Amino acid sequence: MKTFTFHVKFKTMKQFDVIVLGGGHAGIEASLSAAKMGCSVALITMEKNAIGRMSCNPAIGGSAKGHLVHEIDALGGVMGLMADKTGIQFRTLNKSKGPAVWAGRCQSDRELYSETALQEILESQNLSIVEDSIIDVVIENKKIVGVKTQTEIDMNCRALIICSGTFLNGLMHTGLNSVVGGRYGETASIGLSGSLRKLGFEIGRLKTGTPPRLKKDSINWGILEEQQGDSPAQPFSLRTQKTNFPLLPQVSCYLTYTNLEVHKTLEKGFSDSPLFSGRIKGIGPRYCPSIEDKIVRFAEKERHQLFLEPEGLNSGLIYLNGFSTSLPAEIQIEAIKKIKGLEDAEIARPGYAVEYDFFPPYQVNLTLESKIIEGLYFAGQVNGTSGYEEAAAQGIIAGINSALKIQNRKEFFLKRSEAYIGVLIDDLVGKSTDEPYRMFTSRAEHRLLLRQDNADKRLLKYGFEFGLIPQEIFNEFSSREKLFNLAKIELEKTQISPPKINELSNEKIITGITLTETISKLVKRPEFSLNELLLLLSRDGNQLAIQLLKDNVVVDQLEIEIKYEGYIKRQIELIGKTERLEKVIIPSDLNYSNLKAISAEGREKLNKIKPNTIGQASRISGVTPSDISVLLVYLKS
Amino acid sequence: MIFENDTIVALATPPGVGALAIVRISGKDSVSIVDKIFKGKSKLSECDSHTIHYGKIFSSEELIDDVLVSIFKNPNSYTGEDSIEISSHGSPQIIQKIIEALLKYNVRNAEPGEFTKRAFLNGKLDLTQAEAVADIINARTEASLRGARNQLDGLLSKKIDNLKTKLVNVLSLLELELDFSEEGLEFVAKENVLSLVEQIKDEISYLISTFRFGKVIRDGINVAIVGEPNVGKSSLLNYLLKESRAIVSKKPGTTRDIIKEEVFIDGFLVRLFDTAGIRDTSDEIENEGVSRSWAAVKEADIIIFLNDIELGLSKKLADYLSEHFESERIIVVFNKIDKLHDFSFINGIKISALSGYGISDLVSEIKFRTLGTINYSEKSALISSQRHFIALNSSLNCLNTLEQSIQKDLSEEYLAVDIRTAVDFLNEIIGVVTSEDILNNVFKNFCIGK
Repeated sequence: MKTFTFHVKFKTMKQFDVIVLGGGHAGIEASLSAAKMGCSVALITMEKNAIGRMSCNPAIGGSAKGHLVHEIDALGGVMGLMADKTGIQFRTLNKSKGPAVWAGRCQSDRELYSETALQEILESQNLSIVEDSIIDVVIENKKIVGVKTQTEIDMNCRALIICSGTFLNGLMHTGLNSVVGGRYGETASIGLSGSLRKLGFEIGRLKTGTPPRLKKDSINWGILEEQQGDSPAQPFSLRTQKTNFPLLPQVSCYLTYTNLEVHKTLEKGFSDSPLFSGRIKGIGPRYCPSIEDKIVRFAEKERHQLFLEPEGLNSGLIYLNGFSTSLPAEIQIEAIKKIKGLEDAEIARPGYAVEYDFFPPYQVNLTLESKIIEGLYFAGQVNGTSGYEEAAAQGIIAGINSALKIQNRKEFFLKRSEAYIGVLIDDLVGKSTDEPYRMFTSRAEHRLLLRQDNADKRLLKYGFEFGLIPQEIFNEFSSREKLFNLAKIELEKTQISPPKINELSNEKIITGITLTETISKLVKRPEFSLNELLLLLSRDGNQLAIQLLKDNVVVDQLEIEIKYEGYIKRQIELIGKTERLEKVIIPSDLNYSNLKAISAEGREKLNKIKPNTIGQASRISGVTPSDISVLLVYLKS
Repeated sequence: MIFENDTIVALATPPGVGALAIVRISGKDSVSIVDKIFKGKSKLSECDSHTIHYGKIFSSEELIDDVLVSIFKNPNSYTGEDSIEISSHGSPQIIQKIIEALLKYNVRNAEPGEFTKRAFLNGKLDLTQAEAVADIINARTEASLRGARNQLDGLLSKKIDNLKTKLVNVLSLLELELDFSEEGLEFVAKENVLSLVEQIKDEISYLISTFRFGKVIRDGINVAIVGEPNVGKSSLLNYLLKESRAIVSKKPGTTRDIIKEEVFIDGFLVRLFDTAGIRDTSDEIENEGVSRSWAAVKEADIIIFLNDIELGLSKKLADYLSEHFESERIIVVFNKIDKLHDFSFINGIKISALSGYGISDLVSEIKFRTLGTINYSEKSALISSQRHFIALNSSLNCLNTLEQSIQKDLSEEYLAVDIRTAVDFLNEIIGVVTSEDILNNVFKNFCIGK
């Protein structure tokens, strides 16, 4: 909404170390981490109460995203904690697969999540909220020194982190109706894109969509398939007390399906579809297509699965997951009534698509600082990602790095072999993206090592080093580690005699074991669990076993690491192999235009992205294997 | 650009005396440098690419030779740079002087393979093609030349690329189940994955099997002739050579050395070793020959175990051979059938090294034992490099592990490791696959997104 209030023309000067623009998932983590690291931080948001507002589905986590939440948590971020506090259904996805792909997901109470986020910000020291929007940046010597805001207050800063989500020149579409805005009922941020473009930034356009919200009491719940949460529920955060978890009552989701009638109805609206008519110029995510896209691209499918997700304990709204659309509202209404269980459904708010500006992320470094303006960081959807978790992950990395820079400390980034966050940012920086980027487990080549259960082993040390993880959490972790390391060695030595083992195996009707075996060897066999073997040992008074049985986190980790040792070793070897390429440095002034042997597309991409290492170069799409061979041979000559 | 700044020179034809020799110069300054030692009708720098000029080469006023100079300007040359080829008379002294004359200017001697490396760096060849160039240079037989030519045309790269695509397809089926388990999609049955893997394994195995063929057409077949003294080993050798190099005498043990000869049979290079008669002897020189004989036999692809049909199978040698060598390598042959009237009762290949009877049976047996029955053609993708052979075998091993893992009902993320490693080994032959390739495949083929 445009404000026409008359402003008195005098300038108030305010000085901050870090200014964070935007109070979404990236902005929250960025501002909190920088503030906790001792910087004075201003969080600029158009609306205080919109902080932490979930624009799309009321859920945190999911495949690979759950991993990100655990990693953010281990670094000292708040997403996991807030999700635990406000979750109304917790599930672990992929439970039938191996532990590397188990992924936590929760349904959140949308209002409560947002309130909790605001609370976190308000309670943080060194952090103030400014309700405003930035219209221009102040640059001196290619360095950020301040911002100009809508209300004409000038603010000085040493770092600016832009986390403006879908708000930069946001344009929302329902049918052929287009409204300026970044989210339903909220205006867009105009002006900033233009001033950044003048500084030399390339700006692209992306699109995403959201499904209609239905009125809860208009749905025929009785005939729908119920999907309950897990019991017991697993929290995301190391800092969540397990004793009274979950805090809130737990609710169910429900499943239903589209059908050919629904598809036919939707097709009637295709002529007025902003997507098909070319009104929408931005590129949408392939993994999260609108329902109209699914019908067209997969015409042979007779039905598509839909989830009815509650928006909160006290909310009268239901989120129709799987039905993202920008077709005209009346078509949405007509089609939805043909879905089983939704015959009488009322739409509280139609689905819409939103187009927004983003900055193709080859323009930032692994620290998320822009390559051309010092002290200017980009995090979240402006970097071309989609998803709360992807945004939050970037937020914390940008926040930490802004503080490190101001404090003249060494920059911080994670390796691909170390964290999904490392994969995420390396992908963005190295490959850039032209569609909204979402994390998948298949993007992580070292997937077996990057598990939720060992996020603390991988990352807690950093969170602690930066002062984002409290001492007592780190102490608990250290003693778990000690126990883990001791047990790992001991279990390789502790033997168990055949009669003893066969007490167990007889129950399971498997071939008896005739040789004395170590616990480690036995755990490698699919039919044994570490827990039951420890129980056997504890009956004989084995102290270690008794101690271990008190800590199921350690037992689970041990079991995973022992059972899958062979695979884990192979992954570690693979890291060694690829790290060779990560270590081959490409001179930053290399002019690829002269390397005629490299494909034209490869040359263009390499010139644009300017990778630091051969490893990075090899992951750029459009750079072919033979391009890499050429580079390698060239660098050697 | 390091390589653009310097100009290199080397003799492009085999060293030694010949009718003609070609000295090749490549690099930015090739034309202007050759102009300094060449006197023709016009300046080379004023001539067009792909023209040939007659003239004389001088080294500080001294006339060295009458030559023809060909000009190839970038990018239309073998290396992609400006290049000159000087055809001179094929005397080592002349060549030496021409190269020395050039070296006085800003030219250096090329390192081995450097012309090809420049061709590669300038995008004229890919990695497998560059390897094929080395093979062409060393090609000794017609089939070998054709095989190498085809690799140069990228047949092997294409084949490997195709295998990679197939593996990535299987991988995306598995990844789908991991990343999109909530999507209500139908996932592939494990039996289908197994059968897909089986097909890919067959293709890789086939490619591996061409290694023998590829190696044979490149290196030839080593054949050792083993037998008791005086069974006619030298006669057989001579027949095959159609010329008399080894001493043929009736006194046992006169062939004291290993005779090595190369012949072309059906377009293949066959390297024949006639070994010293193997028998107990107190003759020291001969003993030396005997031990050298066994060393040669060890290296052989095929052992012709030659016997005198009148004396029958040498039991002593038969025992020795069967104990030390794989039976597939041994062909039992009976010689001197011209001495018998009825030999139908004897099993084995029967020949007469004197009349040539049965020799064609022996030759086809040698081919069969070396190459098997598969009908290879040098027109299909072949591997002849040890590097490719190892990479393909490693890839195949991963797929074997994969099959076991599927049978053990391991979850998809473990199976994915096996496939990704299998793909990595194929990449060692041509290049890298990224996770983006896999996801692209997923998005193309499945309806994703709730």
